[in-house]
Amino acid sequence: MKLKLTGGIIALVFVLFIISCESDEGIEFKRYYSSGALVYQTHCQNCHGEKGEGLSALIPPLSDSVFLRKNKSALPCYLKNGLKGSIIINGKTFDDAMPANDLSPVEIARVLTYIGNSFGNKLGTIDEQMVQADLRICK
Amino acid sequence: MKNVLLSGFAAMFLWSACSSDSADKKVLPIFGNREPVTKMVNGKQVTDTIYQTIPPFKFVNQYGDSISNKTLNGNIYVVDFFFTTCPSICPVMHRNMLTVYNTFKNTGSFKIISHTIDPKHDSVPVLKKYADKLGITGNTWWFLQGKKEDVYTIAEKNYLVAVKKDSTAAGGYVHAGYFVLIDKQKRIRGSYDGTDPKQVDQLIADIKTLQNEPDEVIVQ
Repeated sequence: MKLKLTGGIIALVFVLFIISCESDEGIEFKRYYSSGALVYQTHCQNCHGEKGEGLSALIPPLSDSVFLRKNKSALPCYLKNGLKGSIIINGKTFDDAMPANDLSPVEIARVLTYIGNSFGNKLGTIDEQMVQADLRICK
Repeated sequence: MKNVLLSGFAAMFLWSACSSDSADKKVLPIFGNREPVTKMVNGKQVTDTIYQTIPPFKFVNQYGDSISNKTLNGNIYVVDFFFTTCPSICPVMHRNMLTVYNTFKNTGSFKIISHTIDPKHDSVPVLKKYADKLGITGNTWWFLQGKKEDVYTIAEKNYLVAVKKDSTAAGGYVHAGYFVLIDKQKRIRGSYDGTDPKQVDQLIADIKTLQNEPDEVIVQ
């Protein structure tokens, strides 16, 4: 009986542990995501639109999940230094320049977490450490 | 008896609601300076009001065609000021202007004109490329280029919109994102924040009101 009870308690603690672990990650994601929404509104929305829809053939939409996944580690550099030359987004060519943005690494992480998990994208959390590592190897 | 009275009131209420609706037809205000002018018509003294109108101008559109005030005769038009390399409010302005364009592109006697305030960079080919990328075809929406002084003067003195060069602003220019509505008599009938979708909806409603304005009302 006593053994069963102890076993039960251990199992319960284990379950709680897992739940709290998960929610820690969840909390971190939500924190990045919701503050990223504000960075987006301030720095990105005028051009890329409220729903990441872009503007005709002038400004690309942010809904090309394949492009974002493929270029995930280059995205912080695009935001920090701007982007020139032509890119293909959702099968269409865009060749206008994006200006550089004076954002801190944590702001870049937040806004990329927001963009990477909005508009049909599912990139998960992009945290500050990842952004800092990526920024060190910008071309 | 009570029922009869009640239905009587109800009928009166309904009638008044209906009549006030039809009497309350919306008329857009006329903006700008105005001055009364007294003149003799058929031996009688008549006082009339002269409203501020858009004076003669001449610019070139994205196809290289000359566009003057005369080209716009008989048109209702919307004006804004932008430049193609604008990093701040222009994309959102033209995203909203696209809604106006798509609403009215197939109705006659309607134009949109977008003046570049950076004519040095925004040459005719640059404006054509911009229009193409925005998805603009035909002759409803013109992107106009001309002398910088002319653009700045017409913006401030005539369309009552401020633009100026400022090296501290993003992109090097300060400008307000207004859409200005001009009627067939070249008078200013409205001014809207082109970055606000709600005000742009109002602009679309006001253009429809202007289109329905009977000619005798707008004859000066």
